[in-house]
Amino acid sequence: MRIVLNKDTMKIEKEQDVVPFRNRVKEYAVKIGMSVVNQTKLITAASELVRNMLKYANGGITVIEVISEGRNSGIRLTFVDKGPGIKDIALAMKDGFSTGKSLGLGLPGAKRLVNEFEIKSSVGEGTTVSIIKWKNG
Amino acid sequence: MDRIPILRMGKFLLVTIQIDLYDRLATNLETDLVYMVNKTGAKGVLIDISALSIVDSFMGRILGNIGSMARIMDAETVVVGMQPAVAITLVELGLELKGVHTALNVEKGMELLRNKIKDLDYEEEDEIEANEDSTE
Ligand SMILES: Nc1ncnc2c1ncn2[C@@H]1O[C@H](COP(=O)(O)OP(=O)(O)OP(=O)(O)O)[C@@H](O)[C@H]1O
Ligand SMILES: [Mg+2]
Repeated sequence: MRIVLNKDTMKIEKEQDVVPFRNRVKEYAVKIGMSVVNQTKLITAASELVRNMLKYANGGITVIEVISEGRNSGIRLTFVDKGPGIKDIALAMKDGFSTGKSLGLGLPGAKRLVNEFEIKSSVGEGTTVSIIKWKNG
Repeated sequence: MDRIPILRMGKFLLVTIQIDLYDRLATNLETDLVYMVNKTGAKGVLIDISALSIVDSFMGRILGNIGSMARIMDAETVVVGMQPAVAITLVELGLELKGVHTALNVEKGMELLRNKIKDLDYEEEDEIEANEDSTE
């Protein structure tokens, strides 16, 4: 069973919110004793997702949670926006696909960097991405 | 602070990034460096990122852009001091730092730049010789 030990939310409205958000994620990752490599992977994934939120949806809300399951603990991050949504999620998840004339690395790269990755989106309503990085995993 | 200092050392420009960069700071660095390469005719750019705990695709793209633009102006770029965790993460993210060389630390980076420039000098000499041959 997954238990939420701590929950924190942060609004992302502008580019200047990215670094403080990353720092907050880092604080929690350090607090649960996550290794530096896992911290770096988690924060990099978070940075990609928060950038997407800013770029395509003009910002949104992030939720930072410390969760535990049995003896393992981890960080769950959720990114909620009310932007245009994604028409074809499978396509958006492909390496190199971008409507923003960019590298198209953010979504597939973020998925590779974490243990669990979930994306839901509906056109005209918005997008929610949720990721988990376990301390041991 | 909204600008990162760029030091000039002979034929090289040196930049030490000391904090995790805000986007605008990174974009400014890109423009400033390209301007400085142009103005000073520098042959090499060395960027020390040992203080960066995160390089995401945005920062990676900035570094790549600096490398490509410097190269157009006949300068080589070397990124030094990348933390191991950052290197591991970049590979998994799928980001290649195209257009820049990498080295372990500042000394190794300077050595690499010096060698690159030496190679270039030879190539230029070869070209001159080749031209002389053809006019004979
Ligand atoms: N929050 C979002 N809202 C709407 N569309 C999105 C959102 N996130 C991603 N997308 C869409 O999915 C595509 C792929 O996203 P991804 O992050 O993989 O690449 P990118 O942002 O285009 O490029 P990169 O992240 O490499 O700079 C985007 O081009 C965009 O069309
Ligand atoms: Mg992206």
